Amino acid sequence: MNIVVCIKQVPDVTDVKIDPETNTLVREGVPSIINPFDMYAIEEGIRIKERLGGTVTVLTMGPPQAESALREAVSMGADQAVLVSDRAFAGSDTLATSYTLSTAIQKVESVDLVICGKQAIDGDTAQVGPGIAENLQWGFAAYVRKIEEIKDNTIRLERLMDDGYDILEVSLPLVMTVVKEINQPRLPSLKGKMRARKMEIPVWSADDIGADPDRIGLKGSPTKVWKVFTPEFRHQGEMIEGESQDQVERLVSEVRRLKIV
Amino acid sequence: MDYLLSEEQMMIKELANQIAREKILPVRAELDETEEFPWEIMNILADSDMFGLYIPEEYGGMGGGILDNCIAIEEISRVCIGVSVSFAASGLGAYPILLYGNEEQKKTFLPSIASGKSLAAFGLTEPDAGSDAGGIQTTAVKDGDSYILNGTKQWITNGGEAATYTIIAMTDKSRGARGASAFIVEKGTPGFHFGKKEKKMGIRASATRELIFEDCRIPAENLLSREGMGFIVTMKTLDKSRPGIAAQGVGLAQGAIDEAVAYAKTRIQFGKPITSHQAIQHMLADMTTQTEAARSLLYSTCKFIDSNPKNISKEAAMVKLFATDTAMKVTIDAVQVMGGYGYMREYPVEKMMRDAKILQIYEGTNQIQRNVIGLELIKEYSGKKTKAAVR
Repeated sequence: MNIVVCIKQVPDVTDVKIDPETNTLVREGVPSIINPFDMYAIEEGIRIKERLGGTVTVLTMGPPQAESALREAVSMGADQAVLVSDRAFAGSDTLATSYTLSTAIQKVESVDLVICGKQAIDGDTAQVGPGIAENLQWGFAAYVRKIEEIKDNTIRLERLMDDGYDILEVSLPLVMTVVKEINQPRLPSLKGKMRARKMEIPVWSADDIGADPDRIGLKGSPTKVWKVFTPEFRHQGEMIEGESQDQVERLVSEVRRLKIV
Repeated sequence: MDYLLSEEQMMIKELANQIAREKILPVRAELDETEEFPWEIMNILADSDMFGLYIPEEYGGMGGGILDNCIAIEEISRVCIGVSVSFAASGLGAYPILLYGNEEQKKTFLPSIASGKSLAAFGLTEPDAGSDAGGIQTTAVKDGDSYILNGTKQWITNGGEAATYTIIAMTDKSRGARGASAFIVEKGTPGFHFGKKEKKMGIRASATRELIFEDCRIPAENLLSREGMGFIVTMKTLDKSRPGIAAQGVGLAQGAIDEAVAYAKTRIQFGKPITSHQAIQHMLADMTTQTEAARSLLYSTCKFIDSNPKNISKEAAMVKLFATDTAMKVTIDAVQVMGGYGYMREYPVEKMMRDAKILQIYEGTNQIQRNVIGLELIKEYSGKKTKAAVR
């Protein structure tokens, strides 16, 4: 099984500050982490490899500093890492990003399975995983919470739904996105950290992956952001006043009216 | 303070710190309460390659030294020494094999200890022999290709949990300490049983048990070095392991400072945070100065030991003595800084204070450390060396 795990480096939102003047994220000094959902993707990739053999290649599209995210994935046990980076990719929306990543995946040798986190915690779109599948014209499974079995070129898995889960049996190659229920990501090992430190990480440019210039970066991104704003905080609570007896009666009738009880 | 650690050592520190914060901190109070052995954490430490830091690569380790190991112990101890003692005691059990094992013994026993697949333990103390190693009653009698062990070891850390035990037993009682020998005994050997798990004041996550030998037959090739070397094996092992106890002290003291300062910044009395009161400031200043002094001595001692000098007894004893006395004092003061809150189990410093006490007792009491230091000092000033020292 040759597996590609697509990851994204994101600001650590547990440590984020908002500029009170502009209401935008203060990016300076905010530590970068691997998108938490992608950690489950990395872990699952490594687990499949440990069971069935093969390789795990981590892939990210991003600026040069995204290399540190790749090294972290290698320290957990990924075999190879590729940084897809080019000024021409700047300003990519989810459409351009999915196209770019799928083009890069085609450059990795004989891939059977692509795993992504269900969404990134900065954009929260959950579009890149399915977008990659569409570009590759491969099957797609979203919100995978368990892999039951992989054999004879098919994979049986459980897909988390609002009201339970589906069991799917799909043929490989496949793109899937995973949810946090699927595993508990491991910590890096010391040997992994040392290997990650020394590893040469290739950087693939738009030319290297043979990307169509019209489909990458700003040019390939039809999404236009008109405005970014903080939603106004609306005070919706209503204070019930008066004597205790009246308050209780009003509360009970209000609760009945709203059919809460 | 920046101790100019190597890149590798910084990695060890970072990873051990991450394990401590993410995996140990959330469960330390529960482990203290339930006295459950932290197998899950041992497995995480194993998967992270922490158990073989000081073991040569040819036996499956990382090929580092005492400093590497002490850095890991310090970081884990900053959160819980009940956990770090279980980790460190595996090293105590492994050192006799590393120092005195033949090639065959090293190849047989070290790889699984280095990978953390199995824990090791060291069995010296008995009901009537602790500080006085010459009082050992456990016997090993040669019988053909075997030795037959009889006797009871007491208060053995990792007892029952470890797979590999280094046991000190008398092969010739008439020779006293010189009649002791060291053996490797595997868990599961017929005649090797475990007594009850002891209930302790602190380090309650760790397992402390009796080891009972009843006509326990082990292969003669499990003898370490040769008969009569047990006392030497013990002394040289303790020389190597004592800095690890010092590292527990430094980590524990730092953990107590972390808690005390964080608390003192938020505790308001007389209209201002108690960190603004000089009485508290001075206590915190002393705590942190003493801890940094202990850390400096620890790192210097480790670097000295890693340079492979001939005799390290005095240095190992000094750092164990100083760092553990410091840990006791600093944890007591941390409780004092936090007042009534510090005394409550809701906060971690009362546990730290309970935990600290054992550091002054095990791996040789701090009185024994002073004996060792005193003896070495007198040796240094005897004969020709006196003139050199004066000059």
